[in-house]
Amino acid sequence: MTVVDSRKAVVVWLVLVVATFASWWVGADHALSADAAVTAAVIAVAFIKVRLIGIHFMELGTAPRVLRGMFEGYVVVVTIALFGLYVAL
Amino acid sequence: MSTPARASKGATRRMPGEEGVWVFILGDMLVFALFFGVIIYLRGEDPALFTQSQGQLSQTAGALNTVLLLTSSLFVALGVRASRDDAKDKARALFALALLCGLCFAGVKAIEYADKIALGLTPAENDFYMYFFVFTGIHLLHVTIGVAVLAALIRIARRPKLAAHDISLIESGASYWHLVDLLWVVLFALFYLLA
Repeated sequence: MTVVDSRKAVVVWLVLVVATFASWWVGADHALSADAAVTAAVIAVAFIKVRLIGIHFMELGTAPRVLRGMFEGYVVVVTIALFGLYVAL
Repeated sequence: MSTPARASKGATRRMPGEEGVWVFILGDMLVFALFFGVIIYLRGEDPALFTQSQGQLSQTAGALNTVLLLTSSLFVALGVRASRDDAKDKARALFALALLCGLCFAGVKAIEYADKIALGLTPAENDFYMYFFVFTGIHLLHVTIGVAVLAALIRIARRPKLAAHDISLIESGASYWHLVDLLWVVLFALFYLLA
């Protein structure tokens, strides 16, 4: 069980690092049109990473439902709120 | 520690660490959510200033710091699993590596701050830099505390026998460190990458 856990942790880390470089590439390329699309992608990727850290590293995936629910709720609400605020201003 | 409840597929659900640390973690996440909102608001107020100031930041430093914290979180997660397996030497080595990553993060930040200040880009320069220094500074404080927490985890993992309470303490400290990583991931996206 521990070996499987460790391998999973490394895979999650790889995904997180790749996502970091992907969003860096997207964020750095200012020739890309539609700022809103880039912003949506950057915010979305950031909170996908937040969720991965919470579910796999913080082990909220196997935590009591209430705690996991609060975390998942936070991720969804803050992602939407930040993008909504960006679009509204 | 909380009583484990039945989850789907017959697996038991359990809260990693003490309840108190989760109250703190969720509270801190809420406070930072407000900070995140302020950054977006700041950008909306003066997009030109935001983009121009952001252009002066080193995305390389930001990305390097992100990878450092992500890697440190991996080491911590592996260290917690090693602790549960009573592989104490392995656990201590992993926590030490995570601590090293934390120190490197602080070092990169220090160089970054020094570079900016040398260019005259201080917190007084404009709103972007004020919030940049304040929010990343508060985060850096979290990192500093986190480094002390990791040092404590190394000490706990030195005990001859790791009881349930010791594991719970280790899990609590680990969860705090993952919070530090998680918060930076968003700060990096909003300050360094946002169009």
